[in-house]
Amino acid sequence: MKNSWRNAFLLLLTLLASIGQAVAQTADTPEMADALRQSGKIYVVVAVILIVVIGLIGYLISLDRKVSRLEKEIR
Amino acid sequence: MSIKRNWWKVLAIVLVLYTVVAGLLVPVPRLDIVNESIRNLYFHVPMWFGMTIILTTSVVYSIRYLRTPTARLDTLAHESAKTGIVMGLLGLATGSMWARYTWGAWWTSDPRLNGAAIAMLIYGAYIVLRSSFTDEQQRARISAVYNIFAFAAAIPLLFVLPRLTDSLHPGAGGNPGFSNYDLDSNMRMVFYPAVIGWTLIGFWITQVSSRLEFLKQKIYEKQLA
Repeated sequence: MKNSWRNAFLLLLTLLASIGQAVAQTADTPEMADALRQSGKIYVVVAVILIVVIGLIGYLISLDRKVSRLEKEIR
Repeated sequence: MSIKRNWWKVLAIVLVLYTVVAGLLVPVPRLDIVNESIRNLYFHVPMWFGMTIILTTSVVYSIRYLRTPTARLDTLAHESAKTGIVMGLLGLATGSMWARYTWGAWWTSDPRLNGAAIAMLIYGAYIVLRSSFTDEQQRARISAVYNIFAFAAAIPLLFVLPRLTDSLHPGAGGNPGFSNYDLDSNMRMVFYPAVIGWTLIGFWITQVSSRLEFLKQKIYEKQLA
């Protein structure tokens, strides 16, 4: 069981490691949120969304567990 | 929750978390009009993919129900359809939001948008229809038949008819398809995991709600016995 979680974590790390550095490009091209990236505030946005998603998934896990417990009780 | 049987839930978590991080950080093509909002592709489109896959499983359960009528298959078809509808509504809402800031209107009378809205209404009727029966077997049988009709109507509305006409939406008429953006290998690296991850989350929610429904039925049977 422990191994599976570790494997899952490693998979997440490998996937994330494949993210290249966001390349800051110059003008002439369509406008993108380059400033947001340069200032690093984009990571704040990523962190906030991560917290929300992790929270919702955690809630789903807890619901799943509650249903499992009920299944054991009601046979 | 044993991990061995529920490995796909772990995969769902990993892929969705990856989508959130990579979806915002991986470089995307620099395009006019959509600009940075092209990243919506990782969240808006997987809702529709997930919805289609889950509604497909729903119709498979309905067909199986008609072959061997069990309360279990009926519940699975119903719960799958409900998850599919939620994902479809999220798809409509995100699409509307995206349309406002790229096309300039919350809603345009576009074949793809209207097709999607009609498809959702058809599935809304499935829920209404279900709630209009008191007899369980009658409800199960008629809603299984209706579910097949709904699926057969929704698929052309979502995927065939919009392609036959001009549309603002990518992937229709003479429009630069979303396959155009998709050709970018960076985006593919995020988009496919996003589709798989969100779809698995949809299956997970369906599984939990179905199990709760099974429990309810079990308690009901016990009370009768």
